[in-house]
Amino acid sequence: MKYLLKNLKHYKKESILAPLFKMLEALFDLFVPIVVSDIINVGIGNRDNVYIVQRCGILVLLALIGICCSFTAQYFAARASVGYAAMLRHALFAHIQKLRFSEIDTIGTSTLITRMTSDINQVQNGINMVLRLFLRSPFIVFGAMIMAFMINVKVALVFLAAIPVLSVIIFGIMKITSPLYKKIQGKLDGVLGITRENLTGVRVIRAFGKESSEADRFESSNGQLTSMQLHVGHISALMNPLTYVVVNLAIIAILKMGAVQINSGILMSGDVVALVNYMSQILVELVKLANLIVLLSKAMASLHRIQDVLDTEPSMKFNENADTRQPEKTENQGDEAVAFENVSLTYAGAGEESLTGISFCAGRGQTIGVIGGTGSGKSSLVNLIPRFYDATAGEVRVMGRPVQEWKKEELRSNVSVVMQKAQLFTGTIRSNLLWGNQEATDEELWKALETAQAAEFVHAKPLGLDEPVEQGGRNFSGGQKQRLTIARALVRQPDILILDDSASALDFVTDAALRKALAALPGNITVFIVSQRTSSLKHADRILVLDDGQLADQGTHEDLLQRCEVYREIYESQFKKGEMH
Amino acid sequence: MTGKTTEKGKTAKSRLTRKNQATMKRILRFIKPYSPFLIVSFVCAAVSVAAQLLVPILCGNSIDYMIGRGQVDFTGIGTIITAIAAATVITALAQWVMAACNNKITFGVSRDLRNASIHKIQKLPLSYLDSHPSGDLVSRVIADVDTFADGLLMGFTQLFTGVLTIIGTLGFMISVNPIVTLVVVCLTPLSLFVANFIARHTYHYFRQQTVVRGNQTAYINEMVEGMKVVQAFGQENQILEKFDELNEELRDTSLKAVFFSSLTNPCTRFVNNLVYAAVGLAGALYAVAGGITVGQLSIFLSYANQYSKPFNEISSVVTELQNAIACADRVFQLLDEEDQTQEKDTILVSDGHVELKNVSFRYVADRPLIEDLSLDVKPGQRIAIVGPTGCGKTTLINLLMRFYDVDGGRIEVAGTDIRDVSRKSLRQNYGMVLQETWLKAGTIRDNIAYGKPDATDEEIIAAAKASHAHSFIKRLPDGYNTMITEDGGNISQGQKQLLCIARVMLCLPPMLILDEATSSIDTRTEIRIQAAFARMMEGRTSFIVAHRLSTIREADVILVMKDGHIIEQGSHDSLMTQNGFYARLYNSQFEETAG
Repeated sequence: MKYLLKNLKHYKKESILAPLFKMLEALFDLFVPIVVSDIINVGIGNRDNVYIVQRCGILVLLALIGICCSFTAQYFAARASVGYAAMLRHALFAHIQKLRFSEIDTIGTSTLITRMTSDINQVQNGINMVLRLFLRSPFIVFGAMIMAFMINVKVALVFLAAIPVLSVIIFGIMKITSPLYKKIQGKLDGVLGITRENLTGVRVIRAFGKESSEADRFESSNGQLTSMQLHVGHISALMNPLTYVVVNLAIIAILKMGAVQINSGILMSGDVVALVNYMSQILVELVKLANLIVLLSKAMASLHRIQDVLDTEPSMKFNENADTRQPEKTENQGDEAVAFENVSLTYAGAGEESLTGISFCAGRGQTIGVIGGTGSGKSSLVNLIPRFYDATAGEVRVMGRPVQEWKKEELRSNVSVVMQKAQLFTGTIRSNLLWGNQEATDEELWKALETAQAAEFVHAKPLGLDEPVEQGGRNFSGGQKQRLTIARALVRQPDILILDDSASALDFVTDAALRKALAALPGNITVFIVSQRTSSLKHADRILVLDDGQLADQGTHEDLLQRCEVYREIYESQFKKGEMH
Repeated sequence: MTGKTTEKGKTAKSRLTRKNQATMKRILRFIKPYSPFLIVSFVCAAVSVAAQLLVPILCGNSIDYMIGRGQVDFTGIGTIITAIAAATVITALAQWVMAACNNKITFGVSRDLRNASIHKIQKLPLSYLDSHPSGDLVSRVIADVDTFADGLLMGFTQLFTGVLTIIGTLGFMISVNPIVTLVVVCLTPLSLFVANFIARHTYHYFRQQTVVRGNQTAYINEMVEGMKVVQAFGQENQILEKFDELNEELRDTSLKAVFFSSLTNPCTRFVNNLVYAAVGLAGALYAVAGGITVGQLSIFLSYANQYSKPFNEISSVVTELQNAIACADRVFQLLDEEDQTQEKDTILVSDGHVELKNVSFRYVADRPLIEDLSLDVKPGQRIAIVGPTGCGKTTLINLLMRFYDVDGGRIEVAGTDIRDVSRKSLRQNYGMVLQETWLKAGTIRDNIAYGKPDATDEEIIAAAKASHAHSFIKRLPDGYNTMITEDGGNISQGQKQLLCIARVMLCLPPMLILDEATSSIDTRTEIRIQAAFARMMEGRTSFIVAHRLSTIREADVILVMKDGHIIEQGSHDSLMTQNGFYARLYNSQFEETAG
């Protein structure tokens, strides 16, 4: 709420004018019963046709002014709510970009997307309705009451009694039902989950012959949903009859007291008509208010969810001021590209360490292989180098400097990672490659494509570099996508290139050609290759063997084959009989 | 609107209505079991409307008893007040009973529809489920039924009472004074007209908004999903700029859509106010002339206020109902799909002997896939199936499990055509591990025990150990009680596959099907699982599909498939000596080692 108010002040003018004009409109609504009572009391009473026509003219005038005020109010409300939503979207998007990998992991991308879209729409709706109705309804309720008092204090006491009773009924029922509606939503989600499971797992369900037990499970969950719906339905069905009874009781009281007052000459019959009218107006507005509160609580829940994301501070701070100009180094001095000293990593929310006590040192220009089983920590290890995550213990150094001391942009442009999941973005091949370096020339792009073994198929595309890329790169095969992401990383001309199992979709021949081309790259580029294939790593200067988050051993292929059992097992699982040829 | 489009609209509308009528009939069939509630609901609606409409008349009459000082007929007012009280109580009761009945009908019908759908889904042939996106089917069972229920409820509560209110009001007004009634009747449709006019003219702003919003959502999806790459390449600012462009465009179109659509209410209210003024004018002048009493004028004024309400409600109910019928139609489409072929009750007793006789099969009518395939698998044999993508490996599994029925020839287990036994008994004879790892939402324990819910903890742990899943399960925060989320996001693909293997290890049926069962597992773990598989396959007929040739060398018979045919057949060694397709495939894996 605080956040809402803080930012709504950019739309201060709109946020004040919208409710103001809405109240003006309401004010004119409130005059109507008075005018009608004048028509009855004076016009009909005195048989004055001219007076009647005049008063009806006033009614039309009130309606005209009302609609003008209302238009104005709607306009400002629309401006404020739509503008605020746009602002919120911008703020949220900008904030998400600042989140680090560990926060993105914890929150989850699908959650972030819903907050950016449907939650913000919900907030926009909420603000719009609040600006339009939140003041209007209470204003009419109290306005009608005041008008009643102006007509006759004694009869107006009925209002004083009826309004609280009505409010208790309406808001009481809502208070009882709204948590129940949430429960219904939960039950519905349950039914949805079972349905989805039954569809995605149809083969397994049928293979195990569980069709009828799955249907039973669905029916019981569905039955619970229905009984919950009925339960809530019965409670909320009380609202209309109860309020109706209260309002009619109030009208009876007005008639009864009004009759006495008329008999003693204090009131006229037109006044009683006006009082009855005010009573009906109050009921309508209270019901509107109740519905508004439902909408509002939804919007508030959405706002809280958005707020949660905005409150998530990036856990990792980069050193933005430090002078991180790389000290010029001569060939023989400081040939350390990446060094790990006793590094451990525990992901947020995970029970166990993913990496434990890793130490190694990679020299400039070296090729380092990383191998290990599923979940042995290969990706975790390389993700520490560009500081996607911070080590929970130990120190990671790049070019001799702890990663924490690097500026973000500089570290990331020195260390280029090709991730496991090949991700391209809508645009063209060129626009994707330029992510690596906005200034790259076509010649440089082609060079990168050639190294990545992608030049051939890009050439074959009718538009070459300008071939469109559809969302997520879905118009390219897995292997093509992988090669394009490798090319994108090469365009950066990084000092350290990390291929995180990013050649898995390539056949053996292409994979070998890629490694050869990488080895032939000019300059002192250090390459990390993460793979499950020993064949991809055989020629590396050093291979790190990971087992269950620990560094089992490191060395060349030949060394490891001799002394490292884990490595030998991996190797043999892939080559046992191949060696026999 | 031009005449031509109106006509076009009309024919489309009538076609729609005919289809709607058919759907309506089916909806009524679902409502039929609830007909007692329906009758009560209708009676209550009629009673409540009548009583409700009586109240303004009674009020009006009572006002006519209060003419002025000393001219108040208290006994008359007393009777009327008792009548108002009685009408109020009756209305309230009738309203409540009606609402209860409507709830019962609506939620009952939607429950029945959902149950019918899930039973249908269990019976649908896999060919249907494979060719329809599951998201679409889920939305039919959940969202469509929900929309249908909402529409139905609204229809019941508002359509019928709305119509009754209009008729009743009209009747009461005419009975009081026909001439003033005419004013109300003539002017009220104006508000409908205005609402319609605005809706038509704001439509294109809404469509524009939908398009822009769709673009932005697509952009958000792509960029948030790729956020790690965006950050790795430091593209945040460029992305934000593009986003802001889309954002501003959305703001501008939204402003128009929101503003213009919000004009509907003020406009109809304005028209209602005009009607009110007109009734006031006509009524008051008429009253001066002695045509009606002040009380009657007040009746007209309160009716004028109420009269347009059911019209507005009905028009929105009609849209809702149309929507509801469309949704019901989508559900019915699902229910109308043809079931898989009728089930035989015979129980299969397997001896592990599987024979394929001249089997042919195709998914698409004009694209033959498997043709004239014959194969005799002796009990306890291990059959490995290899071949390039799309050669029909997985199709063969589909046929063995009878997920699909053969088009020609027959498959026999223990000498019986598998179409002559119940599907359930056939499938219970197979243990199946697929490449696509499906786990249900629930604990790890539940998942392993899926095929044998009464398994003991010892059995479960033994199965997990055999599949090498025990060590990672142990390390999870809640061990075997760890909940697997719906998308299984909390464990890796390889771990999921280990659980699927454990699930089968626990049941140990007489025959096994392993379709790329270890594709997501690293080779070292795979070797270990292979050992467990080997133990498991001891004496069991097994079918193994794999693209890693290392995993199938031990098989008794290797079938090499290409384009739906078996092109080579034999043991690893004999196939290698043949030096044919298999040998080429096998060697291509190691080409690089040689070089």
